[in-house]
Amino acid sequence: MDLTYTAEQQAFRAEARSWLEASVPKQPLASFDTPEGFEAHREWEKKLHAGGFAMVPWPTEYGGRGADLLEWLIFEEEYYRAGAPGRVNQNGIFLLGPTIMEYGTPEQKARFLPKMASSEEVWAQGWSEPNAGSDMAAIQTTAIRDGDDYVINGQKTWASRGAYAHWLFGLFRTDPESSRHKGLTFVLVPMNTPGITVRPIEKINGKKAFAEVFFDDARVPVANRLGDEGAGWSVAMATAGFERGLMLRSPARFQSTARRLVELYRATLAQGGFVDAGLRNRVTQCWIRAEAYALNTYQTVSRLLAGGKIGAEASLNKIFWSELDIEMHTVALALLESRGELLPSAPAAGDVGDWLEGYIFALAGPIYAGTNEIQRNIIAERILGLPRK
Amino acid sequence: MEFGFSEDQTLLQQTVRDFLEKECTPDAVRSLWERETGRSPELWGKLSEIGLPALMVPEVYGGLGLDERDMVLVLEETGRFALAEPIVTTAVVAAPLLGRLIDTEHSAFAASWLERIASGDALVAVAPEGQPLIADAHVAYLLLLSHGDRLYAAEPDHVQLTAQPANDQSQRLFTVNWDSQKALCLASGNEGRSLQAELLDRGAFGCAAQLLGVTDRLIEMGALYASQRKQFGVAVGSFQAVKHRLANAKVDLEYGRSIIHRSAHSVSTNSPSRSVDVSMAKSFIGEAARFAAGESLQVHGAIGYTYEQDLHIWMKRAWSLDLAFGSGAWHRARIGDALTEGGLSAPHFGFEPRGL
Repeated sequence: MDLTYTAEQQAFRAEARSWLEASVPKQPLASFDTPEGFEAHREWEKKLHAGGFAMVPWPTEYGGRGADLLEWLIFEEEYYRAGAPGRVNQNGIFLLGPTIMEYGTPEQKARFLPKMASSEEVWAQGWSEPNAGSDMAAIQTTAIRDGDDYVINGQKTWASRGAYAHWLFGLFRTDPESSRHKGLTFVLVPMNTPGITVRPIEKINGKKAFAEVFFDDARVPVANRLGDEGAGWSVAMATAGFERGLMLRSPARFQSTARRLVELYRATLAQGGFVDAGLRNRVTQCWIRAEAYALNTYQTVSRLLAGGKIGAEASLNKIFWSELDIEMHTVALALLESRGELLPSAPAAGDVGDWLEGYIFALAGPIYAGTNEIQRNIIAERILGLPRK
Repeated sequence: MEFGFSEDQTLLQQTVRDFLEKECTPDAVRSLWERETGRSPELWGKLSEIGLPALMVPEVYGGLGLDERDMVLVLEETGRFALAEPIVTTAVVAAPLLGRLIDTEHSAFAASWLERIASGDALVAVAPEGQPLIADAHVAYLLLLSHGDRLYAAEPDHVQLTAQPANDQSQRLFTVNWDSQKALCLASGNEGRSLQAELLDRGAFGCAAQLLGVTDRLIEMGALYASQRKQFGVAVGSFQAVKHRLANAKVDLEYGRSIIHRSAHSVSTNSPSRSVDVSMAKSFIGEAARFAAGESLQVHGAIGYTYEQDLHIWMKRAWSLDLAFGSGAWHRARIGDALTEGGLSAPHFGFEPRGL
């Protein structure tokens, strides 16, 4: 155990820091769940890519810089320190990308990864269906083989970035006689395929963060299949592992929120606002938990670099960060008192920042990427060995 | 940057686990409760044979010359088996503190006690500044005591002990009357304060590491019982309400583990963030252990509330270790001071290296 950075890692941090300081937009971009914000975020991704920072742990041939996961963590720390924009292509770069790395053919890697790294192609997720939410193995949308194509019929829902994305990845039932986890196949689908209809869904603040996607005889080449036919469930579990266990929510995000929370507490104290021992204790707890999350991630990365894999323990992560995120924003709103209710456009909003927006976003955390109830079942059954039935 | 353990370190952990599984069974723990001292010189002798007290004593004094990064996994095992012997105070607190005195006028004194600790010939009791209760003073060959800004060493002949019976029968607590004139002053002023602070941090670190094993055991017992006990024709562990209790306890345990492993690194390197890192570890795992105790008890139901069932061995360990060397509330307040009162500023914490 050695918790110090090497000279190379320090140099990489310094390089990332100075590039980000020079490059991060001075004004925050519009939300990537609006048409103009979506394009503005793609422009930012292009800039990141040109600077060589779009996906630091990827091989250079796919648009990365061939660094390891530790350097990715360092980059993320610098990214949040610099207050850089959210990653519009997170479904692609953090979830699908590593899955293609593991299961893709050489042709698929060459075809998809570079355009993913540059966000020329932005990805949506297509897991859930109206009758397959927490029970994902109940997927009904079919992809039936017809010559060199799959013909897709059915409906996906809650597709994150689905309103504006260029591609969608998801699970489809290729064997209509099959049930549950069998007969599912992981397919990559261009959103401009004839027969696809997208209907955006507004979340509670009215923004189009996700969409319903309808398939009506949509034909997709068999070459777009990731992994073997019928083996989609295990491919999807690899994606879910990255999502829950490591890449979707890097610790820097929560450490940065925890730091802002401490600053808000100090400012509230200095300005004579209401604080008490209870609020201070909660602020301290949040900060400790954000540290715990970072430490745990460093341990996971060390394990992966030593040849380990992400398993069921990814579920521990997902519960931990999603509930921490809600608590941090809840405490911040309490510190802001009645101003915590103001939208940024309110004349009296002043420096309330984006705590409210962050709170609304945080509330989705225990729901997406597999509800926390499902994660708790996974922990109980697969880690603690409790009986399924 | 490498946040994991070597093969040697996990092998040492396994060795200690195998040893304690045989030598420190629940029946053995209970039988020691019946002894007046509550301690087992035979067991300490065997622990010394496998080198536990000597682990962090420098090789030149007969020790193994390892550090907290090796010790943290060993301590977890001592918690898993509810070992009552004073391994934390002797090996994790006293030995390294005596090591600090090697380059002072007390060099010969420190060297001779280090040799005795390494050979298994000395138990040491320690008391943090302001703490009226001292554990294992009745079996100690040496007591490290604080008064004002001074750290003293006192021998048993010069102290008067009053037993203070405790809830955890493995804990033997005492109040101590002592005359500082008759004790040896090891350090005073800034040096004394610094050693007192290290004493507290080391004790808290040791308890936190033991609590890892205690918490793991509490969850394991709950999971085992819930898998076997049937109601309504099925194992009670098949119900989500039961599963989720234990899953929640497991989440806290695993995040506590990361914090404690980092605190081992901070203590071993005497990092500037040592005290804050230890306070995080102690407050986090203390709370996690109490939570796991409560959830495991609920999962066990009435049987877990009986003296006959072994669950209370670990529940009581969880409670007593949570309160030793600073309660969770005390440690959290220390972090809160650092964060919000300008003691140490927030951006200096965490993995962002200082000064870059």
